[in-house]
Amino acid sequence: MIYNFLVDLIGNEAVAAFINSIIPLLFIVPFALFAVYLERKVSAHMQDRLGPMITGWHGWLQTIADILKLLQKEDITASKTDKPLFFIAPILAFTGSYMAFAAIPFSSAYIGANIDLGLIFIAAVSSLVVAALLMAGWASNNKYSLLGAMRSAAQIVSYEIPTILVILTILVVTGSLNLYTLSENQTNIFKWLIFGGYGEGWQKFAIIPFMMVGMVVMFISTLAEVNRTPFDIPEAESELVAGFHTEYSGMKFAMFFLAEYANMFAVSVLVSAIFLGGYQSPFGYIGDVIGVSWLIPIEQFMWFAVKGLFFVFVQMWLRWTLPRLRVDQLMEICWKYLIPISIANFLIVAFLMVLL
Amino acid sequence: MDMYAVMFYFFAVVTIASAFAVVSTKNIIYSAFNLMLTFFGVAGIYVLLGADFIAIVQLIVYVGGILILLIFGVMLTNKITDSEIKTGWTQVLPAMLVVAAFAGTLLGMVLKSNWRVLPQLQQPVTGLADIGVLLVNEYALIFELLGALLLIALIGAASIARK
Repeated sequence: MIYNFLVDLIGNEAVAAFINSIIPLLFIVPFALFAVYLERKVSAHMQDRLGPMITGWHGWLQTIADILKLLQKEDITASKTDKPLFFIAPILAFTGSYMAFAAIPFSSAYIGANIDLGLIFIAAVSSLVVAALLMAGWASNNKYSLLGAMRSAAQIVSYEIPTILVILTILVVTGSLNLYTLSENQTNIFKWLIFGGYGEGWQKFAIIPFMMVGMVVMFISTLAEVNRTPFDIPEAESELVAGFHTEYSGMKFAMFFLAEYANMFAVSVLVSAIFLGGYQSPFGYIGDVIGVSWLIPIEQFMWFAVKGLFFVFVQMWLRWTLPRLRVDQLMEICWKYLIPISIANFLIVAFLMVLL
Repeated sequence: MDMYAVMFYFFAVVTIASAFAVVSTKNIIYSAFNLMLTFFGVAGIYVLLGADFIAIVQLIVYVGGILILLIFGVMLTNKITDSEIKTGWTQVLPAMLVVAAFAGTLLGMVLKSNWRVLPQLQQPVTGLADIGVLLVNEYALIFELLGALLLIALIGAASIARK
């Protein structure tokens, strides 16, 4: 564990914990820069365009140029906004999405806080993002922003339910909500939860179809929780200008952007940590073969990033393929399809675990 | 002061200061967001007491559910946000009596309780499994009754909404 190493190195638990808590940021900020570039390229190629091509080779410097622009931009605050809340909201939004990373294991050597209730913890802190969006929408003092914030709150609160039901299913199967334990036990591809988990006997094979259903439900509902298309009605550009962040500019806008991409990555690695083995390699490690033990955590981190990026790519792919849902369709999908499916799924899995 | 004490005083100050702001501020939205801070402070104190599960449930239920609905309701009724809440001094004597009685009871409890001291707190945190076992064995009846109560509330809400 990096934390223990830091404690040994520094000799002070508080300082070590502080440094330990900054580590995910070192990954998320470059990731966000890369993801914005990826988003542009993916969208461009889906629409048979080229995307940014001028700044650097195939436009790879474009997002860095953008962030420099945002840093220098005048911080515009409309006169009728509620100043304190307007200022706090972007910070709170990023805090909420960053807190989720505390319970996500990056590799066997790094997890922010190895708590037993990791999965519920992530579900709990995601409510902070809702509060931040409501705050931003209200403080902007703009009808469109308020509407966007309302929509997003209704959406996130509803879609939390299927997520938590799937988490319950996982709890029934594995008996653990600790993401580190979950990842640590899914040592190879046949032990991934989507292929029945690391249990033994008939149960393992019987639950495979239900685990797949669970993963799809989880992916859809987390997609809705991060307000991405087809669930992006909170910031539907063609109806609400930009929803809750219409009034924001400069660095505050950049904070919202960072929060959104951090959130995308958080839910991606959450799905991969639960169902696809998290940081574990689907087969062995090169470090094991050549007998270099310090190589294993680095390889695990690579796998973690690859799986996370894959789901981020899927999210972008969906965004540029599917049209946006209407508000009533959105609620219908959640309450009439996802929740009944996940409850049935939960009951069947629970029965199978008890009977077989 | 060790880390534990620093954290405790931090959360205690956050809780009390924000709770005071909830009742003293004149803007209802500020009250609502201060209430969120209060919930967070209380959750932090739960964590320090080794009750992780209660802390997280506190966040899910109060911050994620009740508070969001509260803010939602306040924002939808646009006249509330414009009107200032009147705060002032009325009914001073009865209020003082009630508060004094309540504070006296609390103080008596605080002084009489057999508090656990720090070394005992560093015992392993009660796990989710233990809580589950307790809920379906020792407290099974209460647990079921609470479930039934929530179901009644749910049905009631649905039937009111239908009218």
